[in-house]
Amino acid sequence: MRWITVFLNSSIGKKIIVSFTGIFLCSFLVVHLSGNFLLFRNDAGEAFEVYSHFMSTNGIIRFLEIGLALGFILHIFNTLRLTLENKKARPVPYAVYKPSENSTLTSRSMFYSGLLVLAFLIIHLNTFFVTHRVIGTDVTMYESVVESFKSPVYSWFYIFAMLLLGLHLNHGFQSAFQTLGMNHKKYTPLIKFLGLLFSIVVPAGFATFPVYFLFFHQ
Amino acid sequence: MKLDSKIPEGHISEKWYKHRFQLKLVNPANKRKYSVIIVGTGLAGGSAAATLAELGYNVMAFCYQDSARRAHSIAAQGGINAAKNYQNDGDSIYRLFYDTVKGGDYRAREANVHRLAELSVNIIDQCVAQGVPFAREYSGYLDNRSFGGAQVSRTFYARGQTGQQLLLGAYSALSKQIGLGNVKMFPRHEMLELVVVNGRARGIIARDMVTGEIKRYAADAVLLATGGYGNVYYLSTNAKGSNTTAIWRAYKKGAVFGNPCFVQIHPTCIPVSGDHQSKLTLMSESLRNDGRVWVPKSPDDSRKPSEIPEEDRDYFLERKYPSFGNLVPRDVASRNAKQVCDDGKGVGSSKLAVYLDFRDAIKRLGKPKIEEKYGNLFDMYEQITAENPYNVPMRIFPAVHYTMGGLWVDYNLMSNIPGLFVLGEANFSDHGANRLGASALMQGLADGYFVIPYTLGGYLAEGGLDKISTEHEEFGNAEAQTRERINKLLSIKGTKSVDHYHKALGKVMWDNVGMSRNAKGLDEAIKQIKEIRYEFWQNVKVLGENEEINQSLEKAGRVADFLELGELVARDALQRNESCGGHFREEYQTEENEARRDDENFSYVGAWEYKGDDQEPEMHKENLAFEYVKPSQRSYK
Amino acid sequence: MKLTLKIWRQKDSKSKGDFSTYELESVSPDMSFLEMLDILNEKLISQNIDPVAFDHDCREGICGSCGVYINGRAHGPKRGITACQLHMRSFKDGDTIWVEPWRAKPFPVLKDLVVDRSPLDRIMQSGGFISARTGSAPDANAVLIDHDTAELAMDAAACIGCGACVAACKNASAMLFVSAKVSHFALLPQGHPEREARVLNMVAQMDKEGFGACTNTGACEAECPKSISITNIARLNREYLKASFK
Repeated sequence: MRWITVFLNSSIGKKIIVSFTGIFLCSFLVVHLSGNFLLFRNDAGEAFEVYSHFMSTNGIIRFLEIGLALGFILHIFNTLRLTLENKKARPVPYAVYKPSENSTLTSRSMFYSGLLVLAFLIIHLNTFFVTHRVIGTDVTMYESVVESFKSPVYSWFYIFAMLLLGLHLNHGFQSAFQTLGMNHKKYTPLIKFLGLLFSIVVPAGFATFPVYFLFFHQ
Repeated sequence: MKLDSKIPEGHISEKWYKHRFQLKLVNPANKRKYSVIIVGTGLAGGSAAATLAELGYNVMAFCYQDSARRAHSIAAQGGINAAKNYQNDGDSIYRLFYDTVKGGDYRAREANVHRLAELSVNIIDQCVAQGVPFAREYSGYLDNRSFGGAQVSRTFYARGQTGQQLLLGAYSALSKQIGLGNVKMFPRHEMLELVVVNGRARGIIARDMVTGEIKRYAADAVLLATGGYGNVYYLSTNAKGSNTTAIWRAYKKGAVFGNPCFVQIHPTCIPVSGDHQSKLTLMSESLRNDGRVWVPKSPDDSRKPSEIPEEDRDYFLERKYPSFGNLVPRDVASRNAKQVCDDGKGVGSSKLAVYLDFRDAIKRLGKPKIEEKYGNLFDMYEQITAENPYNVPMRIFPAVHYTMGGLWVDYNLMSNIPGLFVLGEANFSDHGANRLGASALMQGLADGYFVIPYTLGGYLAEGGLDKISTEHEEFGNAEAQTRERINKLLSIKGTKSVDHYHKALGKVMWDNVGMSRNAKGLDEAIKQIKEIRYEFWQNVKVLGENEEINQSLEKAGRVADFLELGELVARDALQRNESCGGHFREEYQTEENEARRDDENFSYVGAWEYKGDDQEPEMHKENLAFEYVKPSQRSYK
Repeated sequence: MKLTLKIWRQKDSKSKGDFSTYELESVSPDMSFLEMLDILNEKLISQNIDPVAFDHDCREGICGSCGVYINGRAHGPKRGITACQLHMRSFKDGDTIWVEPWRAKPFPVLKDLVVDRSPLDRIMQSGGFISARTGSAPDANAVLIDHDTAELAMDAAACIGCGACVAACKNASAMLFVSAKVSHFALLPQGHPEREARVLNMVAQMDKEGFGACTNTGACEAECPKSISITNIARLNREYLKASFK
């Protein structure tokens, strides 16, 4: 079993875990987003309630939830390790350093965009998950959503976080494929295009909720 | 001194075969009891180190670069010859042998050349097995191109980076042995003295170029694979660090120096752009496969090349040598370029260049094909000159490139000092007075992979080697000599930099001992070199100390040796009253200005023996016999 | 051209270094960057100042010796070339040029602009080879390699080991170097018997040397003087994944 610890502690192994969990978290975003679209049904949140009730009580979903949490933890844990090691690899910085000539800002700031997305995640979890699932409340999930998004501060923060998520995904999506060894002259342009699309559509999709509840919801 | 070339008996095609059987063998279990020092890790040294370590010898390998992979073999561009006859165009071992002897203007040893041609075949096999990515046809078979001096396509290539790929092959084999602990590698170490004990080469003194430590290394044999001495001309296509120190120290310890005046001037280099020029860049000879060499017919034609119509162009190589055309051997191409420039027809601002034009090839094959074949060379040219050779012809001029001369060795690659072997460009052996394109790589690898493993074993198995330690007094003497020399260089504290003297030497060499030579100029050169050398030792300025990285000190030691070698090159050129290959004496030419060889009087190797700093060296002759390729006037018409 | 040079000076690996400022006049645009440093050194020697130490050898872009950080870029402002191929026409009269050594923990500065790149050699020693005992090779045409594969292997094999990828990477990662080596051998059929051991050993050695990991910014590819593609890094990852789970 030594091979597995060697793999998990190697630079490439850690990267692969980050990529793998990254893609997994992307799939979660899709599920989460498509469920959330029920908020747009003009039924005073009835369908959304059914959905959120199902999501919080169904055994399989609860089981998958553990996987999701594990995904987040592994993603963050390995990123932290890699970032610390990467910092250590250059103890003396350059006096003049022009990375903009050779790489994109989004690719270089994955740690920071990730950190901010994490901050958002904590607040987001606190608003919904902790309130409803940990502490417990009489207010329905739908009411919580409406309530939260009525606050311009919360809504704008949410939109800003989605922007960062977009930047994170913009590099992260295609980068994950590269790390997993999928780089091909025929398919990589497609992956890059899908990554771009994903990094726009998904965060924009999420951003529609605060926009809707802030400006259009009666 | 009698020079015994130890050429085996028998028919030329059986000599090596028989000799291998006659050489004594070292029992596999005993090999690890022997240690070998190898200086230089280019194609010859790197391949020898890897192969000898594979066999079980304890190897210590030294190079001045920070990594064995950077030896200047890496810069060879065009390719490597091998008599595979994959093209079915009439090639054979015998033809490669014949072409090489003829190309060398009948000044090489037939037996050595034939062995080289035989081994050429194995080299390609070995390199492919190591993963050298030679160019392939779409079918998956190996591709070939043709090179100067041959009418068959026998050159294997990896884009314009063949030397690099072959060296990386040898380096990777060497790396494996280093990893296994069979080779102890000493990068950033420079050999500064050879140690001879009881008449045998038993070790070296080397300087650690990072700490300045002077250390002693003992072994049962010493192999020098330190390349050529082209930098005696200051400007050459050699690497800045390429030097003669290792072989020159050996010469001063009694090894004789063969044919020092045989220097190859390569026809296709990028011309000098100004006084700041620090080195010259070669454009591979393979370019002459598709490029056409020309100058304007009229000396005062100042039109742009594209505006000069066909009838006003002189494709002088095609005109004078219709059967070989642009692919005449290097010495012929260089001399003709010099001639047209001497006639005032040179191009560019310095008037010291000729055109190498790809217009017709691009028209015939299309730009993509040319790009695939020569893309990196074209890019390199554009980087340096800021001109795009797809649109305007290249400007080229000859430059010092390779030295056929070197330490004299016998058939076993052993010098006249027992236990001192010399491989690759550092020896004098296989190319005579002129080397054909794509043959240097072949020789380096043949020596390292396939010759030395047998002949070194033969030497060691003969026995008679006492155990010695670095405490032996000869090591002490050699170390003391080295230290004294370094201290002297550091203590002069004169007014002129090392480069100043190197440039002064280079100018004398290029002007008087360059592409064409005459007795008066050579006499003058000897006189001037002595003066420069005298002044150097009075007035050179080397800052800093020994116990640090001191690049001025490194250079100073090398230039000091060049200042002695330069004189020997001139002396050798002066005694050789004939023109042959790269050695062109103005007094000895035909009516058509071609080289006039004198086989009656000069069919020998001039091997120089050091007699002391205040005495003239003595020349010994090894007479050359041509049993198979009868000397005739070389004709490429 | 008149230039102001800010050059990193450091006596040895144990000393602390700093920038020194030098003015240089009459620089020709046709000079290479290293020839400009030669001129500077001649001037320094005449003023009894220790000349600037820098690694260089072939001066034609193939040996990989030279390598300095010039104005915030590995090998200077132009792509696809080494410092020795950079010519002064890429700068303007009056420019200030900052010259620094490669910065990475595994590459300690030995003096001025000279760094120790021996970790790259040690990575090679751990597995960067095809074991082909001299003399044991079959005929060169016995194994067919299609043209495109041979070209792809050559693309990877073009690496000159200069360390620019490490220098340019924000993580000081050596993955482009390692991947070029691994790709070269993995693409060729001759390299297949040892492919798993090779990639596992080389990556282990790379990590041991203290290089950072790849975050796919692509800086290495952009600064590589031989324009080696990061598709090689994907291949390295693939090889590593396959070898680990086999």
